[in-house]
Amino acid sequence: MPNELAIEATGLRKRYGRKLALDGLSLEVRRGEAFGLLGPNGAGKSTCLKLLLGLARPTAGTARLLGRPAGDVEARRRVGFLPEHFHFYDWLSGAELLELHGRLYGMEAGQLRRRVPELLERVGLETQGKKPLREYSKGMQQRVGLAQALLHEPELVFLDEPTSGLDPLGRRLVRDVIREQRARGAAVFLNSHLLGEVEVSCDRVAFVRAGRILATRDLHAQPAGAVRVRVRAAGAPAGFWQRYGAAPAADSAPAREVELAGEGEIPKLARALVEAGAAVYEITPVAASLEEEFLRVIGPEAAEGAGA
Amino acid sequence: MRSLSLIAATTMREAARRKLVALAAAVGGAFLLLYGLAWDLAMRSPHNIVHAPNRAFERQGEGLFVLMGLYAANLLVATVAILAASDTLSGEIANGAMQTIVSKPVPRRVVILGKWLGFVALLTAFQGAILGGVMGIAYGFTGYAPPHIAAGCGLMWMEMTLLLTVTLLWGTRLPTLANGVLSLGLFGMAFLGGWIEQIGALTHHPKAVNVGIVASLIMPSEALWRRAAFEMQSPLMTALNLGPFVSASVPSGAMIAYAGLYTAAALGLAVFAFSRRDL
Repeated sequence: MPNELAIEATGLRKRYGRKLALDGLSLEVRRGEAFGLLGPNGAGKSTCLKLLLGLARPTAGTARLLGRPAGDVEARRRVGFLPEHFHFYDWLSGAELLELHGRLYGMEAGQLRRRVPELLERVGLETQGKKPLREYSKGMQQRVGLAQALLHEPELVFLDEPTSGLDPLGRRLVRDVIREQRARGAAVFLNSHLLGEVEVSCDRVAFVRAGRILATRDLHAQPAGAVRVRVRAAGAPAGFWQRYGAAPAADSAPAREVELAGEGEIPKLARALVEAGAAVYEITPVAASLEEEFLRVIGPEAAEGAGA
Repeated sequence: MRSLSLIAATTMREAARRKLVALAAAVGGAFLLLYGLAWDLAMRSPHNIVHAPNRAFERQGEGLFVLMGLYAANLLVATVAILAASDTLSGEIANGAMQTIVSKPVPRRVVILGKWLGFVALLTAFQGAILGGVMGIAYGFTGYAPPHIAAGCGLMWMEMTLLLTVTLLWGTRLPTLANGVLSLGLFGMAFLGGWIEQIGALTHHPKAVNVGIVASLIMPSEALWRRAAFEMQSPLMTALNLGPFVSASVPSGAMIAYAGLYTAAALGLAVFAFSRRDL
């Protein structure tokens, strides 16, 4: 593989008239990784995606996709894209839409005969393929849009708010599709303002506000530094919990959350509890939820536009 | 090349699926029916223009009647060309379909040229059917055929292509309605300018002729029609400056070449503007 990076953006700026939509955004997405861009509405997520796909030109900065300049025809050959609120010629049937898009990707007729029914089935539209799109519900349009983005087995898939208009089953489909794409080695770039969606689907997430990335977080990494643990134990002597800053509780085995200096403190806490004669029911590290982190990084006012 | 023909074919398929073809056929059919009816009435009436005291004069009346039909047909084709093309880019940009297409491995110039080719093919068929219908009906009734059919139809084809191309050019930047208003407005301005030029020529007012020429430089559509009418009218009509559909002030060869270059430049500019714009 010539380049391990699926996306490499440096200092992307985009000005629309007087409005600065992107203000020096830089990011890297590795091949085979699911990357989420998380931010309130109007933070610049869609603009970022447009610049990466070559739909719009950056005012400054550069971006490369799969080792080629963004917007390059060869790069686009290996990229799939589901726009927000997917909409296409409503006079086509679902299967015809996929055939047209497949041919635009440069796929051969034989390939399409195999892939089109496969994809229709994958997104749960196998019985609706002959229906014209004008009879599709919003959710069905979104599903066929998803199929269109995956048709040619791209190395990089862009999904812009993919679950908008989808019911819970559809949201689950998107989640499964993201997992499948990663499993076959494709990178996924997910734009979303839905924290839960990003949390379950992505390996890494970047928080974006006012056109800048404020922080990037690896969702698999063990937290360094202080950890919070949930403890349920009964019979610890009075005063034991004061050391951990937790109040004594009345009932037998209440759940408490205490903060420890590091992961190494967890076994020490267990030992201390046992030695103090307590019965230990549970000690569980609690990862800081993405929501808490989002609120901390983005700020509560800006986060109001985003649903948790 | 494959993508170009795919997009052209998709443009034509859209016209068929969205009943544009059926509607154009119905409108064209109604138009020809009406024109045929007019001929039928003219042939039966004892006082009509096509019944002149001698055969030579009768031919002039027939020629005028054919030009009248061509004039109306040309107006219909021009309007259809503008209306059909005014939504194709701006509409797809606004509803987001365009973003999905141009994110495919197809250069934007191929997208716009493919659409242009598709529309040229559709409108050429429409124009051919309707001009052929007008001349065929006249020939059926009288055995009269206008002179220089190929040159005349070629000029009218140039006018249709010009209007289509200019409408596509505005469509790269303007929303559908604004595009329709602007393109029809320019067409109307050229039309009016053409009449001012005609009247100026008949009444020997050089200033009025110049107004018409300036209008033709801004939008040469009407100049193409008037040259076509000049080619297809009989020499006697030309000599007598006879009737309202006859070209009194004839656009020069240079003006025709200018119109051709104008179309080519508009197409080049449309490709450029569409390739550079943010979607």
